[in-house]
Formats: sequence, C-alpha cells, structure tokens
Amino acid sequence: MQAFLHQVLSGFATGGIYASVALALVMIYQSTHHVNFAQGEMATFSTYMAWKMITIGFPYWAAFLLTLLFAFVLGVAIERIIVRPFYKAPVLSVIAVFIGLLLIINSLSGALFDYTIKPFPSPFPSDAWYGGPYLSPHEVGMIFVTFVVLALTFFFFRFTPLGLAMRAAAENPVSSRLCGVRVGWMLALGWGLAGLIGAVAGMMTAPVIYLDPYMMFSVLLYGFAGALLGGIDNPWGAVLGGFIVGVLQNIAGAYLVGTELMVTVALVIIIGILVIKPSGLFGRPIVTRV
Amino acid sequence: MSAILETRALSAAYGPTRVLQSIDLSVPERGIVTLLGANGAGKTTTLRALCNMMVRVSGEIRFEGQRIDGKATEDIVRLGIGHVPDGRGTLVSLSVEENLRLGAYTRRDARVAQDFERVYSYFPRLKERRRQQAGTLSGGEQQMLAISRALMLRPKLMLLDEPSFGLAPLVVQEIFRILRTINEQEGMSMLLVEQNANIALELANEAYLLETGRIMLSGPAATIGSDESVRRAYLGY
Amino acid sequence: MATLETSRPATTAAAPLFAGLSLRVWQIIGLAAVLAAACVLPFIISSYQLLLANQVIVYAVALLGLNILTGYNGQFSLGHGAFYAIGAYTTAILLDKTGIPYWATIPMAGVLCFAVGFLFGLPALRLEGHYLALATFALAIATPQLLKYKDFDFLTGGVQGIVITAPDAPGGLPLRADQWLYFFCLLWTIPLFIVAWNLLRGRTGRALVAIRDHPLAAATMGIDTARYKSMTFGVSAMFTGIAGALGALLAQFVSPDSFDFFLSVRFLVGIVVGGLASMAGAFFGAIFVEFVPNIADLLSKAAPQAIQGIVLIGCMYLMPTGVMGLVRALGHRLGRRVAR
Repeated sequence: MQAFLHQVLSGFATGGIYASVALALVMIYQSTHHVNFAQGEMATFSTYMAWKMITIGFPYWAAFLLTLLFAFVLGVAIERIIVRPFYKAPVLSVIAVFIGLLLIINSLSGALFDYTIKPFPSPFPSDAWYGGPYLSPHEVGMIFVTFVVLALTFFFFRFTPLGLAMRAAAENPVSSRLCGVRVGWMLALGWGLAGLIGAVAGMMTAPVIYLDPYMMFSVLLYGFAGALLGGIDNPWGAVLGGFIVGVLQNIAGAYLVGTELMVTVALVIIIGILVIKPSGLFGRPIVTRV
Repeated sequence: MSAILETRALSAAYGPTRVLQSIDLSVPERGIVTLLGANGAGKTTTLRALCNMMVRVSGEIRFEGQRIDGKATEDIVRLGIGHVPDGRGTLVSLSVEENLRLGAYTRRDARVAQDFERVYSYFPRLKERRRQQAGTLSGGEQQMLAISRALMLRPKLMLLDEPSFGLAPLVVQEIFRILRTINEQEGMSMLLVEQNANIALELANEAYLLETGRIMLSGPAATIGSDESVRRAYLGY
Repeated sequence: MATLETSRPATTAAAPLFAGLSLRVWQIIGLAAVLAAACVLPFIISSYQLLLANQVIVYAVALLGLNILTGYNGQFSLGHGAFYAIGAYTTAILLDKTGIPYWATIPMAGVLCFAVGFLFGLPALRLEGHYLALATFALAIATPQLLKYKDFDFLTGGVQGIVITAPDAPGGLPLRADQWLYFFCLLWTIPLFIVAWNLLRGRTGRALVAIRDHPLAAATMGIDTARYKSMTFGVSAMFTGIAGALGALLAQFVSPDSFDFFLSVRFLVGIVVGGLASMAGAFFGAIFVEFVPNIADLLSKAAPQAIQGIVLIGCMYLMPTGVMGLVRALGHRLGRRVAR
C-alpha cells in the first residue's frame, strides 16, 4: 500500500510537469489551432540558459527569474519572426515549419552546450523539512511550483484586461479587433507565456532526468498525451490530463509494463484518445463545415 | 454640418473579385445614414472596407478629416469607430460582462464604470444576465450585447451591420428605439446597413441605395422612401 | 505563400517541343538514358560509391512511400521511420532466425508493413493535420524504445541489434556481392515506381489528391474516403517497409538507434526538398537524405539537424513545391518559349 501511494504521489509530482507542458501547448493551440512541436526544445534551450547562468555563479532564483524572462522573449520572437509568415499557410506547411524549428533549436542547444549530460541543481535541498516518506523535497517543490504557475496563469487570464484580451483574441480574432485588441501581439504574447511555462517545466524536470539536448522529447510527448486527454482546446482540462498522465505513467511503469516502455504507454494513450474521443475528456467536439 | 466620415472612390475586392465599385458616401456629424440594398449588393462589404477587415480596399476614407484607409482594423477602431458586425460577433465563451469589458479594452479614462450602468440602463436584460455565458443568450440579446460592446468603446461613429437580422419584430422595434435615443442624447453618428428598408428609413436622416457594388440613389431618407422604384423593389408597395 | 499544388496541368505533351519531338517522347528518351546509366554504374564506380548509390535508391523508394501518403494524400506522417524499421527488422530477423532466403524476405516485409500501415491508418482516419502528425510523432519516438524492449530481445537482439550477411550473386553471374545487391534493389525499385506511377496518374491518384485538397467535398462526390485513406496508409507503409528491408541487406546490420525520430525527420525533409506530390522528386530527396546529414555531421554534431531545420523552413517559405516543382515550373517556361 505504501509503495502504491508513493507511486501515485510521485506520479502526481511529475504530472505537474506534464500539466505545465500541456498548458503551454493548449495556450498556443487555442489561439492558432496549431500544435507547437517545438515546445519541448524551447524549454530545453531555456533550461540551458539557466544552467549557464548558474554555472557562472548566479544564485539559483536569480537565474530562474532571468530564464523566465529569456524564455518569454524567445517565445515572442519566434512567433513574430518565424511563425507569423505562415499563419495562412496550409496545415502541412505549418507542421513542417514547427518541425524545422524543433530541429534548429535542438541543434542550437547541442552546438552551444554540447551533448554531454549535465546535472542541474534543484533549489529544494535533499534534507529539507518538507520531504517525507512518499515524496522527496524536490518532488514537493515541483508540485508547489507547478501550482504557483498554474494559479498565476489562472489569475492572469481571469482577472486582468490583458488576459481577457488574449482569451478574446484566441476565440474570435475578428470581434477582438473590433474592440481595438491588437490580435497579432496577443498571439505573440501567448507564445511568450507558453515559452515561459515551458521553461519552468524544464527547470523542474532537469534535476530529475538530467540536462541534455533531448531532455524534453519524452516530456513533450507526455505533455501532448495530457493535453489530448483533457481536451486540446481546454486549458484546465489539459492540466488535469497532465496530472492523470503522470500518475498513470507511474502506475503502469511500476505494475504493468515496466519502466522501459513508458513512451509506448504515451503512444497508446495518444492513439487511444484520438480514436475514442478526439476532443478529450473536457474538450468540445470538433465540428467541421464543408 | 461637417461629415464625420467620407469616402471617395472606395472600392473593395475579395481576392480577384471586385465587389464595390467606387463608392462615394458621407455621414454627417450626429446624423444617421442608412445603406440599403438587396442581398449581395455589397452592404456588408462597405462596412468591412471602412474598417479594413477581410477585403482589399482602395480609394479614400476620411474619418474626422483624417485619412484612415490602409490602417489596421484595431487602429481604426481606436480612433473612435465602433462596429457592430453582421452575425453579431459575440465572444461566446466569455460572460456578458466580459464581453462588455472587452469593448472598453482600449479605454483608459475613469468613466468606464459609468458606461456599464449606461449600457445596462438601455438594455436591462443584459444586466440580468451579466454573469451568464454570452453564447447562451438569445439572438435578440446577443444583438443588444453586440451594440453594447460597441457602445463601451464610446465611439464617435457607430457602424451597424443588419441589426434586425433574424430578430422578432418587437425586439427590432425596441433596438431601433434605443438607437434613436442614443443618437439624440449622445450625438453619436451612425451608419446603418439594413435589408429591412422600412425600419431603416424610419430611423435614418439620409439613405444610400447600393446595387451590385454601386450607389444607385442617395438623398434624404424621406425622399428615398417615397421614390417609386425604391418603394416597389425594397418597401414592398 | 506555401501551397501544395494539385496534379500537373494539362500541357500538350504531344505537341512538338524540340528538334521535332514532343515532350512525351523526350521524357521517354530521358528515362531510358537514366535507366541505362543506372545499369552501367556498378561497373564504373568504386565499391564505396556503389554503396552510396545503392542507399540513394533505397531511400528513393522510402521517400516515394512517404510521398504517396503525405504529398499526394495529405496525411501527414512524422513516423515513417517506424515502417522503415519494421521492414528492416523483418528481413534481419527472418535471415537471422529462419532459413528463409533473402529475396523472399522482401515481399514478406512488404506485406507485414502493409498490414501494420493499414491498421494504423484505420484509427488515423479520424485524424486530420496536427492530430495525425502528433500520433505519428509519438510512433516515431516510441519505435526505438519498443525495439530495445528487453522482452523482445530474443527476436530483436536488443540494443546490440542483428548482424546479417549480404547475399552473393546467384550462381553463374559474374557479379560481386555488392553489384548484385545493387541490381537486386533496382529489380524492386523499377517495378515499384511503375506501380506508383500507374496508381497516381489514374483515377486513384485523382481521388487521393481530391481527398487531400477537399476532403469533405470528395466524400460528398462519392469517393470512399475512408477506404482510400487507409489503403493509402497501407501502400505507403509497404513501400517504405520494402525500402527498409532492402536497406537492411545493404547495411548488413540493424539496431534500434538507427531508427529513431530523426530518421523520420530525414524522410520528411527528403520529400519536402524533392517535391511533395512528385515521383522524380523522390530521387532528389534521396540524394539529399543520403549526403547532406552525413556531410554536415563532419562539420559538427549539431549541424545535420540545424541544416535540415533551416532547409525545412526555407523550403516552405521559398519553394513550397520542392525541387521538382521548381524544375516543372522552369520546364513549362522553357517549353513555352521553345514552342513559340
């Protein structure tokens, strides 16, 4: 029983990471109806920035905050410069561009920071008081940070004018323009926020799975699975989906298929959802017009 | 009385298809002008062209004497032109109140709270439903919401695209009565596109008749309303 | 700016183009010349160069498979490396564990891949654009993991992979093993291309393109979209699977890490560069796939991905119809000028 509880809680902790990635994916999907395949790489690259800052002597939280700023600007820049010309392009072109972006950022990480695995520090000391029998201090920290990020995002979108404008721009760009909203910049901001959230996920994950240019590949996949499970057009559904995937992953790994087939489990989840209910648990069914 | 809005040789096209051919119209300050015509005449296109949305525009558009053609939609709106689009443009997943708050997005002055009350006084039904999701409102209520959203901008000129569309006659009467009130009490100029020529001519001072992208007739509303051919074709008698 | 063009416009192929011969005749002459050159090649180039040329041919078949699915039918696959892997492992396992002769493993790999592709295509029917890309992305990432799975080790050889030996030329023929392998690949490639060409230029091809461009309208016109799409998935997987099987013979080795996500990416870049919805483009793409990442690798470990990424974005921006689209466009202009 103890072991089971440990698996569930531990899964909840990693689920927080997947929830964050899922949220970032849904934020971009909602406003553009595109899946950002480069989300993971943006997060990895931002995490490398943090690593560099820490290595040259910045205190952890200073590096953390500066990295968030960097990730935000990176997201905005990518949207304005690379993604914007392709808004009206056919789906296949857009996907190709995102894959191209994935490749370029991945190779930048490798070129600037090489391919050796690097340890990444956790700000939560391993003997902290909040660690327990079921969760390490870092896992507790992960959950805490995830909730802070989610809460801040929620408040931003719900209670600030800018958040309102972004939601409106995502849902109905034409009407938003008629209210004076600069829709283009709202999209850029969405990318910036998504990049920022991704960076948090990266910095929380790196202490556990170590930092290398391919770190976020599988995390991205689990984030996708979570987003699809919850509903790719529903941010809070996606968050819930991320947590569910985290717990499922741990349970499946411990009791069903062993830890080596984890990515395959994600694949099965993804295909399963797409086959049974593509709009996810909480999303709206997709209606197409001829 | 000077014109708050003037166009000269305004043309618009969707891709290669020209829809508007050299339109000249003007809206006097504090006036209500209506643009009439059958389906496909180009009425909605005219309003879209004025806001530079979804069409390729050429020609001159002057708002308060300044050229606005070529500006982005959101910048045109920020100059003080409110646009109630066809289909109402409701932001369905936001609440009624959020829709209104969005309308006031560009405003920095302190009178926004006042404007909520003003709008609720025109449309008490919106106040009742202010926390409801806008997508659940009836057609008439969504039209009221669309007008209110534009009102929250405190525009100097309001463009309305077929506000009577799909609404019950009583609701239409109510809405048009409120439009007249707004025009008289606040001096807001209006350019009204309507298929329902009867009710439009009742409200407006001036009218233009659009046919396949060209202005066929223009003049005071009463004159247009009593014109033989207009009566036959658009007023049904 | 980036649009996928529909099939070639109706040029008068019979009208005289140059030196009194029509475009069609010139195409046939050109094709014959290429084939002749291909047959002569093994005898005039070195063993190593022959290996490279052979790999190009194998990739061309793989790319043709992917192009049928993505270029012509609009179903986006980020996971075709998986089918290549299945084909390769089928051949490797059969050669390693059974006495089945090498030439029989190729059609078996093809049939297996057709089945897998068809089965994958069934749920994929409901997926459009991004969703399908996601599902195939997951497939690509999962493939190496599945191949390394300990419980399958007895079959797959686990991380070590499987080593196989290249077949000798059948008795009597004065060919080296690698020369024979080259002709063996050609013996598969040429018919496969002919089959594809026939399929794509007829009703089937038009149906595929209709489904790609106007899926709902195609359905209302009576095209059995579901059947076409899953069959296309199967056929596409079959082509790429056969390429994988041939590739295994060529490399004489299979291991999980050669079939990772980046292989699928290389295939995608290949069809983009060569030209979506183009058959000749498969060769241009194959040349790119074979040479560019390897040369880039000499520059730095990061270079192959960077170059491919830039190429992908660049192509989408500048040359959405790929090399073949460019060639065709130039060809039309040239044709019009000469015909005047």
